[in-house]
Formats: sequence, C-alpha cells, structure tokens
Amino acid sequence: MNKEHLYKYILGIADNSLILGQRLGELCGHGPNLETDIAGTNISLDLFGQSRSYYQYAAKLIGNGATEDSIAMLRNEREYINVLLVEQPNTDFAYTMARQFLFDVYHLLMLQELQKSHDVTLAAIANKSIKEVSYHLRFSSDWVKRLGDGTEESHQKMQDAIDGLWTYTDELFHQTDADKAMVAEGAGVDVKELKDSYYSKVTKVLAEATLETPESKWFQKGGKNGVHTEHLGYLLSDLQYMQRTFPNMEW
Amino acid sequence: MVIMTTVEQHIDHILIPILDQVSDPEIPVLSIMEMGVVRSAVIENNVVKVEITPTYSGCPAMDVIGDDIKKVLLEAGFQSEVDLILAPAWTTDWITAKGRKALEDYGIAAPLKVDADKEALLGGKKLVKCTNCGSQNTKLVSQFGSTACKALFKCEDCQEPFDYFKCLK
Repeated sequence: MNKEHLYKYILGIADNSLILGQRLGELCGHGPNLETDIAGTNISLDLFGQSRSYYQYAAKLIGNGATEDSIAMLRNEREYINVLLVEQPNTDFAYTMARQFLFDVYHLLMLQELQKSHDVTLAAIANKSIKEVSYHLRFSSDWVKRLGDGTEESHQKMQDAIDGLWTYTDELFHQTDADKAMVAEGAGVDVKELKDSYYSKVTKVLAEATLETPESKWFQKGGKNGVHTEHLGYLLSDLQYMQRTFPNMEW
Repeated sequence: MVIMTTVEQHIDHILIPILDQVSDPEIPVLSIMEMGVVRSAVIENNVVKVEITPTYSGCPAMDVIGDDIKKVLLEAGFQSEVDLILAPAWTTDWITAKGRKALEDYGIAAPLKVDADKEALLGGKKLVKCTNCGSQNTKLVSQFGSTACKALFKCEDCQEPFDYFKCLK
C-alpha cells in the first residue's frame, strides 16, 4: 500500500475529529446549561480520543521522529484537511447542535464502513468509535428535534442553522486522491456511496423536527484540499498555543 | 504506548492479585481486573507484558492506569511493558459481578442490558434503580455525566442525584 496515501487518508479522518473536538471544547464552561455543557465536553473528549488513535497510527507510519503531538499540533493551516463543516464557529446553541448532527450522521455511516477495512488498525479504531458516535448522534438528533419542534423562536434558530450549514454538507462526499487509492486497496471507505443514505437520514430527522430540508444545490468545498474558511486560523491559534509556546510538551 | 490489535485474552494467574491492586483513578472502588480492561498479562523472560484496552477512546484514565500497572509490577519485582489495544473493543459486559457490586456500593448504578439501557436513556422508562434508596422511580437528568462512561440520574423518591454507568456494547 502507498504509504503517502494511507497517511493522508488517516489525517483526513483524524482532522475532522480533532477540529470538531476543539470547537466543542470551546464550550467548556460556556454551555447554555450544565447538562449540555458536560455533554459538549464529553463528546469533545471522545473525538480527541479517537483522533489520538489515528495520529498515533499516522506517526508510527511516517516515523522520522513524528509523534501524535507533532502531527496534531504543529502543522500549518493549509496542511489540515478536515471538512469545512467541522471548523464552523459555535454561532449559537442551535448552530452547534446542527453542525454536530450534520457531522454525526456522516461520521456513523463512514465508521460503519471503515470497520470492514482491510487495514486492521483502522478497522479497530472504527469499531471502537462507533459505540461512542452512535451516542453522539442520539444526542444531537434529540436537540435538532427538540429545538425544531419547540417554540417559534427555537424553531427559527434551528432552521437558520440548518440552512446556514447546508452548504458544507456536500463536501463530505468528495473523494480525494488518497480516498480513491484506499478504496482501490479495500482499506478505505467510498464516501460517494454514503451520500444517498446520508441525505435520507438527515431529511427524516428534519421532518420529525418540523424543519424544512434546504433545496439549495450550491455547495462550498475546499477543506479536504487544505483550503479553509477564515475560521480555522483562529481555531488553530488557540489549539496550537501550548505546543508552540512550550515545544514538545505532552498531552 | 503502541496501538495493537488482538483477539485473545490471557492473564497469568500469578499476576492477577498484583494487577487487582490497580484501580481506575476516576472510580477508585473498581479494580482494573473487575473492570475488564486488562486483556492479557504474560511473563516473558521475567518481563511482564500487559495489554489493556480503553473503556472510551478519550478516557484520560488510561495513561494513569498504564503508569500504575508498571509501578505495582515493579514493587512485585517485575519489569513491564504496557500496550494499549483497541480490538476487540471494550464492552460493559466485561465488568465482573464483583465489579458491578462495587459500583453500586459506591453510588454508581451498574449498566443495564442493552435494550433496557436504551429505554432508560431515550424512552424515559423508569428502569434505573436509585443507588441510595433502591427506588426505581428515577429520572434521567443528563445523557452525559461526570465522565464519558456515565449518565446523570435523579431519584424522585429520595431526591438524591446519582450516576449511571451506561451500557456500552
């Protein structure tokens, strides 16, 4: 197997978890109430844990003194290949939950396929993560329904959040060169194949939440190629601060 | 720690009482043996090789558990290596009967079977027993609790809040 492709493939998955984990971590102490505050940080912790497993594997793969910390903390903005969806800011609680929901549906579908990977390490991480991500999806779906089918104001906020984030959903199903190479090896997930199932699952929850599924066909892309929205730079300056200030400190 | 994958579980009986001294730092009443996180422990050329598996991916206790294992083994005269393995993934079914009782005595309700767990966490069914008074008239306060493995409940009879160890399968 081409090492470079495998490395890139691992980073694509890991960066999504790391960046979304960091976004949720920002809510620590700032959640709308204690329970959601704790939930946000718990989900964040799961995502960080998953990304550590991926980065440890990636570090072993490239050797050369790389560690989970150097990969997670010391790349520049253009070298992160997470999707644009996960880097979007915590505009309000509806936005935070909508972003979580739109990612969780994808995440679970992707992991269900990844656990069949011929790469035993990826399969093991996927199998471990599925149990956690199923729980995330239950939580975020609950909130989409609760706010969507709530008061007039909460309904409007959730609808605005879904409408605002919709433009970032299509990128989840774009194949990179690393994706294609890994699919050919039987080690990667063909994300194109997940698209129909994704939108039908999302639509079903939105309908239960009395929300409209957006009809816009105009989508943003770029994260998978390292071209990000303006929000990622600020996030990274927070994320990387400790590692750049105290080089080689460990988690 | 190095990530590896394995399917077998083998623990040398000489090592059981030693490893039983190590507990989860976040749930001190529960030893790592009762929790089922030790998947293998063998002696090779006087070096003990231990494999542990995390309860949750992000469980911050794993690094501490790894260090504690090395410490108790050293006190027993063994050098050791501790590896973190991910497959097969940990499940709450691996918590022993003694472990479940220790949890309950400590004030954490032990995990229900998977279907009942879903009904309690999602369907609002009153299935989780209060660890303080034993009443089943309890209410879910939060799907997430003080650690990734727990949810927060409240007893509607004695009014005490308590943790519930979520079923993971």
